[in-house]
Amino acid sequence: MADTDANAEWHRVASVGEVEEDEPKPVRIGETLIALYNIKGKFYATADVCPHEFALLSDGYVEGDTVECPLHQARFHIPTGKVLDPPAEDDVAVFSVKVEGDDILIGIPKS
Amino acid sequence: MATDEKFVIIGAGQAAGRAAEAMRTQGFDGCVTIVGDEAYPPYERPALSKQVLIGEDEPDSTYVHQPAYYNEHQIKLKLGVSAKAIDRATKSVSLSDGTTLDYTKLLITTGSQLRRLSLPGSDLAGIYYLRGIDDSLAIRAALSTDAKVAVVGGGYIGLEVAAAARKRNCQVTVIEMMDQLIGRAAAPEIGTIFEAIHRGHGVDIRTSTTVTGFEGDGHVSRVLCGDSEPVDADIVIIGIGILPNDDLASAVGLATDNGIVVDEHGRTEDPDIYAAGDVTNHPNAILGRRIRLESWQNAQNQAITAAKAMCGVEETYAQVPWFWSDQYDVNLQIVGMPEAWSEVVIRGDTGALTFTAFYLQDGCVVGANAINSPRDIPIARQMIQRGAKIDAAALADPETSLRKLLKSLDG
Repeated sequence: MADTDANAEWHRVASVGEVEEDEPKPVRIGETLIALYNIKGKFYATADVCPHEFALLSDGYVEGDTVECPLHQARFHIPTGKVLDPPAEDDVAVFSVKVEGDDILIGIPKS
Repeated sequence: MATDEKFVIIGAGQAAGRAAEAMRTQGFDGCVTIVGDEAYPPYERPALSKQVLIGEDEPDSTYVHQPAYYNEHQIKLKLGVSAKAIDRATKSVSLSDGTTLDYTKLLITTGSQLRRLSLPGSDLAGIYYLRGIDDSLAIRAALSTDAKVAVVGGGYIGLEVAAAARKRNCQVTVIEMMDQLIGRAAAPEIGTIFEAIHRGHGVDIRTSTTVTGFEGDGHVSRVLCGDSEPVDADIVIIGIGILPNDDLASAVGLATDNGIVVDEHGRTEDPDIYAAGDVTNHPNAILGRRIRLESWQNAQNQAITAAKAMCGVEETYAQVPWFWSDQYDVNLQIVGMPEAWSEVVIRGDTGALTFTAFYLQDGCVVGANAINSPRDIPIARQMIQRGAKIDAAALADPETSLRKLLKSLDG
């Protein structure tokens, strides 16, 4: 995973106070839709679009470190993106997140 | 190490596709064979009354897995063949092609069959039912612009068909026996709102009207409604419910009672025979009663639980029932299956068709209908699951965070 400064481009997407626990925030970097999560004060980011059918995980239901898609209740592990419950078959992409001062930054792998 | 165990799945619907998948995910490496009487691999039905019916999607979009998946996972599909009988003594299933399949464990996912009307004229051409892919394609072909369409039954299927027919610019009449639409599943308040939605889209809704027969010269042209005014129709689509396909099980002495009686693992009283999906009568610990479900969620998840149990991994299947329906631009999601409620609390704007109706009994949420408000559903589900008393005024107030209200139940 690209989580070092060297091979990622970092984008400021939000400030720390803007992402409430259990309330994922939709953000966008270029064309990429991303869901930003706050789990007990630690921030995580996944692709926002469910890999099953078009629905936004940022509209989904967060419980512990999992998010449930609002459309068909597929569930994913937020820190790893691993699919936990069908109907989704593929994992959801995850992105590196870091906090600098009050800023939350998301790392997009350099292409 | 491959076992010589043989798992046979009778019925090739959504439950079969998910069960076979779960068996392989569990690492089962014996034989898995799915037997189904249709020509298609396991598929999901929701789109058949929506996207497929209006031609937006093709049937293969409904497949649980594309055909290659079954080869890759060494799951044998015997399609176009039906199971005729189970022999519990020899542990085998005889098929319509004259062959016999031995099993070490059997899973019955035979689903449902249509309730059909038996009335004068009910065999006329132009009268359709909607259950499978072929039905959806036949109706799609018949829904030509300006056709007069009569829909018998104002449940979800009938209303989704009505919405699809309006999208094709057909003239649509819905005939419902009860005094409200979706009366089996929703409160009168919600039925009234759906009546207004359909009237707003130009559908003629006739509640408290019973169909007594069909007239036409070879092809239907009129639906007779007893003392009520008859309905002219070029096409009739009947959606009056489904019945469990539990005959194979009852024929070999397995208990049936509105479906095959199974335990929380999907097991019948025969330890080597399981059942899942529409066809089962199963316990639900959250609701505290036995239920039979006709739903996408149950076809998927009960099948997975049963498949795991067949592989020796026992989990208890108990989820709050969840259903959805799409009509025009209205998304309706339903959680819970309340038998009774004392109060319906509306949160949101019914006029703007963005609201959730919470069903309360003894101060607890027992069900919810979310109209264009899918985010409320998982929270409502948790409320139902916890069965704790809730502040109805706070629930009705859109300024109160539902999530915080849910959290307060834990306190």
